[in-house]
Amino acid sequence: MNIPGWIQLVLFLGVLCLLTKPVGLLLSRVLDPEGRTPFDPVLKPIERLLYRLLGVDPKAEQTWKQYAFSLFAFSLVGLLFTYAVLRLQHILPLNPQKLGPVPPDLAFNTAVSFSTNTNWQNYAGESTLSYFSQMVGLAFHNFASAAAGIAVAAALVRGIARRSAKTLGSFWADLVRVNLYLLLPICLVLSLVLVSQGVIQNFQPARQAALIEPAGTVATQTIPQGPAASQIAIKMLGTNGGGFFNANAAHPYENPTPFSNFLQMLAIFLIPAGLTYYLGTSVKNRRHGWAVWTAMAVLFLAGVFVCWRAESVGNPRLTALGLDSAGGNMEGKEVRFGIFNSSLFATVTTDASCGAVNAMHDSFTPLGGLVPLFNMQLGEVVFGGVGAGLYGILVFVVLAVFLTGLMVGRTPEYLGKKIEGYDVKVAVLTLLILIFSILGFAAWGAVSRPGLAGLGNKGPHGLSEILYAFSSATGNNGSAFGGLSGNSPWYNVTLGLAMFLGRFFMIVPVLALAGSLGRKKLLPPSEASFPVGGTMFIIILIGTIVIVGALTYLPALALGPIVEHFTMSGSALVY
Amino acid sequence: MKSWIREIRTSLRATAALVVLLCGLYPLAVWGPAQILFPAKANGSLLVRDGKVVGSELIGQGFTGAGYFHPRPSAAGGGYDALASGGSNLGPLSKDLIESVRGRAAAYRAENGLEPGAAVPADAVTASGSGLDPHISLQNAGLQTPRVARARGLTEAAVRELIGSLAEGRDLGIFGEARVNVLKLNLTLDEKRDGGR
Repeated sequence: MNIPGWIQLVLFLGVLCLLTKPVGLLLSRVLDPEGRTPFDPVLKPIERLLYRLLGVDPKAEQTWKQYAFSLFAFSLVGLLFTYAVLRLQHILPLNPQKLGPVPPDLAFNTAVSFSTNTNWQNYAGESTLSYFSQMVGLAFHNFASAAAGIAVAAALVRGIARRSAKTLGSFWADLVRVNLYLLLPICLVLSLVLVSQGVIQNFQPARQAALIEPAGTVATQTIPQGPAASQIAIKMLGTNGGGFFNANAAHPYENPTPFSNFLQMLAIFLIPAGLTYYLGTSVKNRRHGWAVWTAMAVLFLAGVFVCWRAESVGNPRLTALGLDSAGGNMEGKEVRFGIFNSSLFATVTTDASCGAVNAMHDSFTPLGGLVPLFNMQLGEVVFGGVGAGLYGILVFVVLAVFLTGLMVGRTPEYLGKKIEGYDVKVAVLTLLILIFSILGFAAWGAVSRPGLAGLGNKGPHGLSEILYAFSSATGNNGSAFGGLSGNSPWYNVTLGLAMFLGRFFMIVPVLALAGSLGRKKLLPPSEASFPVGGTMFIIILIGTIVIVGALTYLPALALGPIVEHFTMSGSALVY
Repeated sequence: MKSWIREIRTSLRATAALVVLLCGLYPLAVWGPAQILFPAKANGSLLVRDGKVVGSELIGQGFTGAGYFHPRPSAAGGGYDALASGGSNLGPLSKDLIESVRGRAAAYRAENGLEPGAAVPADAVTASGSGLDPHISLQNAGLQTPRVARARGLTEAAVRELIGSLAEGRDLGIFGEARVNVLKLNLTLDEKRDGGR
């Protein structure tokens, strides 16, 4: 844990803090169908054209059920579209490597994965997918699923802000406006900056390089190409995380320099941080927005410290072989990023539901790998996925308010809205669905033959691999303990189901909560109203998140990373 | 039933319209300026020698000869296979990992004339995340210098100077780690030799 690392950490959080307000203000305008943005002169005609093509009236607001229905129909059509593209890629254009069709179970898994904003990848991009499949089949969802997530968060915030209202806005207007005025402009700029760092953007076939020092019969290196930069910008900004290449953001073509790495990490947190400000302005309580931001920042820093420390100390088994102990745990990490930027990236990508990786989490030390795993199990509410992070933490806010209400024996109240039985039930339902999916599937995997057949490591690390896979899939993260071979029918199907549950069985209760809150009357603030802006609220919110997470997952974690840590430091066992 | 059909129809239209915009126009709007402003980078930062592509500045290559600097161990395919990027994904208690590192550390010490048990740079004996890491640490390059200098009949000072001229510091003095690009280092060494030939 050296000084340059500290400087980079302060810089990262500082820049994020400075960008929170401008992005939040932009979000307020984008998510208001009447709002003006700086891009109106160019994009307004396109917006009008899109509404005409879709045949929708952007001012026609929807109830929560209609909103959910539109979102579900749109996601389903997109899912089938991507499935078709993957199955037919051999007859579609932009396939210079002449790759064959993607097998049905893998195509199903991949289509679900991208339409749910997960981007779990049971394939290697450079050897499986054509440029068309990447650019059209997958990148479509990088935009669409991100916009849908932000739309759900906006609907929930509207539900909180409005009173005695039946509707939550128009899904179609939100979808169009988020894509046009938020994602597209930022991606255009970010892509070009990434190209300036060395990320590729071309349509050429793979290049053959004559090796300087041929090794045996291998005299050439085949270097894959493709339109990567445009996809990488949205994969980060939309917290999708699906790599163009198998090694994801560790690949030098995806993330060539430490500066590109900094921008990519910032892009992951940018919109989720801005959404907290959007929450504050929408409910006319900026302190509440910043309190949520602060709670997230505290949890973020806690994760960074544990992971960074564990990776800096390194693997004592390797130090015993004479490795320079100052080097830390470099297995699976890139020299240009080193220990600090690999630890920071791992924390950021799992705090959010991004799932891009710039180092192989499977080769992290036990405690270093525990951080990304536990981040996902907390529900990815630390800034979180675009939209998903905000609606995830608002569920915890409702629970925190409910718990404090119970403690003082009053009807819990959140920003002037009574929190009643129905609201608490749907909030708890979202958590239970996550828990059942993660622990249920992981337990099945740990005792079934096809589940165990995929393991890349034995011993407690094997359990961590299974647990990580289902935490990642259910949380719509997409990062992996990559030693696990997920491309088998069993994993393709179970992980696909976990991703589906984690997305839509989360969104439906959240929208129901939004509908219920929106219908409520506003109570006048009283002496006994619980303030949702101060230090006390921040502490209670953090406590709620950590206690729910710890109570649920510590037993499983004790059998995985925690026992592995003690085995590593206190024995000579190897697996 | 009617509302079902309406929603599906709107979804189909939305998908079609957004595909054209976000998957057609957007990548092209990045491709055009990228090809004009940064053509070399957009096309893979390729390195050309005598009119032949010999690799990419960003993609590592394997080297084993005594006169070349050696890159990190690679888990990409058979080693530096650019079509199979990836790490070893071996856990910290993996027997495979520990035995491999033991073997690599012994080989590294033997090749570079280090004492048995001498400290070995972590990056020299561990596989990178991409398997294509183009860089090594400056410490690693420094320990390989005497071997390379001897094999090429150069002075150690000359090789050190070369490393110094190609070494990259932290980006903007802040981001990332100091490092040196192995392929560029080896190409420059070859150019020196060919220049004198």
